[in-house]
Amino acid sequence: MLGRLTWAAIPLDNPIEMGAVGLMGIVVLIVLGFIARYNLWVYLWKEWITTIDHKKIGIMYILMALVMLLRGFADAIMMRTQLAFSHGASHGYLPPEHYDQIFSAHGVIMIFFVAMPFVIGFMNVAVPLQIGARDVAFPFLNSISFWLTFVGMALVNLSLAIGEFGQAGWLAYPPLSELKYSPGSGIDYWIWSLQISGIGTLLTGVNFFVTIIKMRAPGMTFMRMPVFVWTILCTSILIMAAFPVLTATIGMLTLDRYLDFHFFTNDGGGNQMMYVNLIWAWGHPEVYILILPVFGVFSEVVSTYSSKRLFAYTSMVWATVSITVLSFVVWLHHFFTMGSGADVNAFFGISTMVIAIPTGVKIFNWLFTMYGGRVRYEPAMLWTVGFMVTFTIGGMTGVMMAVPGIDFIVHNSLFLIAHFHNVIIGGVVFGCFAGLNYWFPKMFGFKLEAKWGTRSFWFWLVGFYVAFVPLYALGFMGATRRMEHYDNPAWVPYMWVALLGAVLIFCGIVCSILQIVVSIRDRAKLQDVTGDIWGGRTLEWAISSPPPFYNFATTPTVADAEPLWDAKQRGTIERQARDHYEDIHMPKNTGAGFIIAVFAGIMGFAMIWYIWWLAILSVVGIILTLIIRTCNDDIDYYVPGEEVARIEKAHFLKVASLETEKQHAD
Amino acid sequence: MREFFRQVARRKPLLLLPLLLLSGCSNWAIMDPQGPIGRAEKSLVFTAVILMLIVVVPVIVLTLVFAWHFRASNKKAVYRPDFHHSTTIEIIVWVVPCLIVLALGILTWKTTHALDPYKPLVAQNGEKPIEVDVIALDWKWLFVYPQLHIASVNELAMPVGASVDFRITSGTVMNAFFIPQLGTQIYAMGGMQTEVHLSADHAGIYQGLSANFSGNGFSGMTFKAIATDKAGFDAWVQKVRGSSQVLDTQSFALLSKASENVPVSYYGTVNGDIFGEQIASFVGSPPSMKTMKGNGDQASAKTTGGSNGMSGM
Repeated sequence: MLGRLTWAAIPLDNPIEMGAVGLMGIVVLIVLGFIARYNLWVYLWKEWITTIDHKKIGIMYILMALVMLLRGFADAIMMRTQLAFSHGASHGYLPPEHYDQIFSAHGVIMIFFVAMPFVIGFMNVAVPLQIGARDVAFPFLNSISFWLTFVGMALVNLSLAIGEFGQAGWLAYPPLSELKYSPGSGIDYWIWSLQISGIGTLLTGVNFFVTIIKMRAPGMTFMRMPVFVWTILCTSILIMAAFPVLTATIGMLTLDRYLDFHFFTNDGGGNQMMYVNLIWAWGHPEVYILILPVFGVFSEVVSTYSSKRLFAYTSMVWATVSITVLSFVVWLHHFFTMGSGADVNAFFGISTMVIAIPTGVKIFNWLFTMYGGRVRYEPAMLWTVGFMVTFTIGGMTGVMMAVPGIDFIVHNSLFLIAHFHNVIIGGVVFGCFAGLNYWFPKMFGFKLEAKWGTRSFWFWLVGFYVAFVPLYALGFMGATRRMEHYDNPAWVPYMWVALLGAVLIFCGIVCSILQIVVSIRDRAKLQDVTGDIWGGRTLEWAISSPPPFYNFATTPTVADAEPLWDAKQRGTIERQARDHYEDIHMPKNTGAGFIIAVFAGIMGFAMIWYIWWLAILSVVGIILTLIIRTCNDDIDYYVPGEEVARIEKAHFLKVASLETEKQHAD
Repeated sequence: MREFFRQVARRKPLLLLPLLLLSGCSNWAIMDPQGPIGRAEKSLVFTAVILMLIVVVPVIVLTLVFAWHFRASNKKAVYRPDFHHSTTIEIIVWVVPCLIVLALGILTWKTTHALDPYKPLVAQNGEKPIEVDVIALDWKWLFVYPQLHIASVNELAMPVGASVDFRITSGTVMNAFFIPQLGTQIYAMGGMQTEVHLSADHAGIYQGLSANFSGNGFSGMTFKAIATDKAGFDAWVQKVRGSSQVLDTQSFALLSKASENVPVSYYGTVNGDIFGEQIASFVGSPPSMKTMKGNGDQASAKTTGGSNGMSGM
């Protein structure tokens, strides 16, 4: 009846896991209690769960990323603590089977459920606003995307309480991930959480590609799109091209595990290196799916806070496009050591280095954007400068590893770990914090407080170097990744310094949380009345913060790559509401996306535990929900022009009263 | 907490880290190579870094200088809100990285061919290369010396100056065969054969390990590589020969069973082509077929492995 699922699946004998489960349970109970106390069920359902508003979906993505950052970081500091103690006669506090789950979960959570939702959150919040659109092209699909990602995240966390998580690393290389070597439920959790959230991401890619191609405001030609929109266009293309590869690869592994196929097994004609090739054919573009959006964020931030036009816009666009294309011809650099010939290795090594050229150009362009500017050091700008220095170093160690002769001695070592954390923390994480500080007022109507933001930045920056410079060194000492115990006493001090770095990063995370808490407390003082709190240059800053649910009362027309800056220069900004507004056509909220995702989650859970009848029922549920939704004609409505006029007038009145206040103060 | 301070006090190096960085190379395996391959790779590290510093240093310096000089509070700095294009700068920022990558690319092409793991080395002692067949198992290394018909677990020896021709496969999941101080690592994959040619030019005991995660016993999957003079090597061979253990299909199956932190052990006799049989067992030709063809037909095993694996490349 319940397949492989028995009471034994709950790790009652493991105090660390049960402690974590208990802690997460308590947090969930507190949240539920809060909802019940203020009777927010209806509000949650109507305003958030069924929403198809891109801004709210974006906020939910970012919230999910922040919560999962805590989980991923908990994994990280557990690993660092283990390695500080586990040498010589001591074996630390984590047995291998637990440690292996932790590093696998750390990678999966940080990439799929922190970095991905963070950048997709920004896409959702900013892209429609920057191109002057009412929403994304397929708002309902967007809701499905989010909830599928959410369900994937839920499955990963469920593995803590019921069963186990994968112990084969974040990419689950076969044959280790095959049934023969990993018979437990762990790899199946990995498979289904990634498969479900991966489909969500693929739909996001399709959605934003169409949105950017079809829904730009009149006058916004391709070469007038903000650089962030350019990076998201390229990201969407990468997602559409790469994620099906992931789906197919995991699908083949699923067939191996469930139906005794031999795609990637040692025997029966399987070829494990086919998996490794395929997973990196997705995996390397994935790296750019994460980094391109934050390149876009930095472009927006550096120009806004330098009060200056972005240097070499065209060059920036072409650099982005060439990175997009090149990211598909470098995957083999992840496994030069498989023994392919020198010609093959040299080709992939050189193609990898070529990517450094457009990336370097981007850094120079940000540099010269600051040149001649008036750089304001709000937290977002601090993160950007921190990024430019840190990422350059990470890029250098990356090009080092692109030389096969060097990779042969540092491949899979802690040097590699230091390198990719250097680009992912120094690039993606810093970019996400820059974006959070930059767009927070647009999302919530008040900005994030600067003092705690600045503290967070310095802790993260210093913490990063303290944590990862020792890992670069350890790589040169021959320390490999994924070990949970070592004998060489000379490594110990470096491990301790790395742990200290992790503690500093923890302080940075605490500061970030305090920054949000303090900002909510002081939200009246930090309010963004005008909707243009930073002296913005793109369209999202032309409307109120938070924007009305319909975004733009009238569709803007664009004549420049920086339409708002252009309007400010020419004095054509609207300062009062119009007398008359057209009715606005809007989509209605729907719970269908949420319901489909819940069914998908149940299906995943049922597949993990071999509960076949439940899996079939859930698939039927998904199909039925889709049919019912498709047959529903009542999916849109019109916002009357008078309603729009009322909202717009209220906003302009508020802005005007603030200006009078200011004049009085002067 | 007290444990924490004791740990710190015992190692006392938190403050001495910069000194540690300078204090010779004894622990810096990669930076202290003991063979020609490792040495070439180490020098490659330095060449590549220096080439890249040509652009990395100016970027970091300019970032900090611009970020400081053009701060909003510095009213002396010129404000040029419309400065967003300069052909000269753009040419420089595209051409300089291109030139550096061109230089690195040429370097990469040459060194990748020179350091191809499959390329045989020229032995410094003028003798025939030592052949070692390496099989990664859960979680230990088996080294078979086909010329000498001996085998050892988690320990291998080589004469200084000799070229050692490693043929590598796995009887389990993927691992990577790596002796940091000798250079180049290479994957060990089931049903496939990879090769690497290494040499030590100083006597010593070098740490070896698996550099690709392979499951619970992975951390303990280390071995010692002993480089010694001719006499020392012969003595080692005699020591192994002295072992009464015989490596054949049965004892190999026993050894293949998962075990962790396995101590060094020796097989004084090796019966049959264990390495070839291991590859064949995954590729599909049944072992019984092989025994029919005569014992230990290495050539056929090689082609079986090669046709499915990487050795053909």
